[in-house]
Amino acid sequence: MFKWLDPYAKPQVLFATLLWWQRGLMPLAIVVLVIGTIWGLGFTPADYQQGDSYRIIHVHVPAAIWSMGVYAWMAIAAFIALVWQVKTAQWAIGAIAPIGAVYTFIALFTGAAWGKPMWGTWWVWDARLTSELILLFLYLGVMALQNAFADRQTGDKASAVLAVVGVVNLPIIHFSVEWWNTLHQGATITKFAKPSIDPSMLWPLLICLLGFALLFGALTCLRLRTAILQHEAHRPWVRQYVEEQQNARV
Amino acid sequence: MSHVVIFRATLRRELKLLARQKADWVNPLLFFIIILTLFPLGVGAKPNLLREIAPGVIWIAALLSVLLGAERQFRQDYRDGVLEQLVAARAPLLGYSLAKITAGWLGSGLPLILVSPLLILFLGLSTDALLAVVLTLLLGTPLLSLLSALGAALTLSADKGGILLALVILPLYIPLLIFASSAVEQASFGLGYQAQLAVLAAMLCVALALVPIAVQKALKLNVG
Repeated sequence: MFKWLDPYAKPQVLFATLLWWQRGLMPLAIVVLVIGTIWGLGFTPADYQQGDSYRIIHVHVPAAIWSMGVYAWMAIAAFIALVWQVKTAQWAIGAIAPIGAVYTFIALFTGAAWGKPMWGTWWVWDARLTSELILLFLYLGVMALQNAFADRQTGDKASAVLAVVGVVNLPIIHFSVEWWNTLHQGATITKFAKPSIDPSMLWPLLICLLGFALLFGALTCLRLRTAILQHEAHRPWVRQYVEEQQNARV
Repeated sequence: MSHVVIFRATLRRELKLLARQKADWVNPLLFFIIILTLFPLGVGAKPNLLREIAPGVIWIAALLSVLLGAERQFRQDYRDGVLEQLVAARAPLLGYSLAKITAGWLGSGLPLILVSPLLILFLGLSTDALLAVVLTLLLGTPLLSLLSALGAALTLSADKGGILLALVILPLYIPLLIFASSAVEQASFGLGYQAQLAVLAAMLCVALALVPIAVQKALKLNVG
């Protein structure tokens, strides 16, 4: 059934495919993000209670949702790497982890900046904030573990095991606002019901969500391509590619 | 060799080692007690304050003392080639890992439970709270041993094992810390804490089923 996927396990084929995807995704991500943020920050109506400061939602919510989404993708790559021993999937973990760590940091930072005017404090030890912080630590742990070994392959495999184990944290983050009575509000969009946000605010938010997803895809392509070049530096096709690039620049 | 055979053989050997190298289980225990003594000295010996921070303090001390012994768990077997031989002989590593984890718990988890009555004296806990401490330790320390074995197995051949182990494993300890200390806190107010115990038991069951598989995998990839 998955026979058509086989060629993509080969680094050279994957490299070319990623280049194609990256060329499409990167401009699209930039356009969508610019539209989403300008609409969200400049042209949505102010909230009746929070005034203008709610506008940070257009950065905070997409970053927070994708901090978990990115982890899920990283865990899928890790699972593929462990079960089918696909080399390129191992490299994908290292390519994805820093992106997820930055998304998580953005979510925490914008959350703190939003919390100051609304809750009156930068930080509370609330279930959702704490578990998001754990997510950041998990990303950092995966990155640290990957770089800790003299043998790079051992590091790749060890971080794959850790990434899969860390998946337990995802449902904890998502449901923390329902399980515990916390200061952070419940889900606004990601629930099986009508979103509890006005359409005029929802649309730019959804566009930003899409923008963050596209940016994640584009950055993953870029970073995975770099990882392929690094790991395959001794192969003739990489040498040839690098030479071509240098000649093109001169 | 079946899993049961290797489990028994490894456990017997580990227990002998524990009986002969007493430092292996005495040191983490002393560390636990010393950390608990440091807190009253550091924050001031006000009985009310101590009683308030007791749940967190006990559990943080337990986390750290289990972590202290974790690094050595597979190190010796890795250095002298036992692990390599086991992998080369295609021995069932699952039984080996489980025996190691069990021995690790007997060495660093069980002693903590046995000395926990001391805590009444140190931190002025009530009898109800003490019972909660014992119950949460009983459910929580096996989980600590499982996770620390995973960390030890993952960082086995890493250059800077010790600090990396803490970085990798401490985030996974956090949910345990939250539920265990909230159980003790509830108990010290005289409230029920069955819900927290149930969550701890559930976490233990899931970890007991899945962590040994991950440990086995991690050992294999470190031996190469």
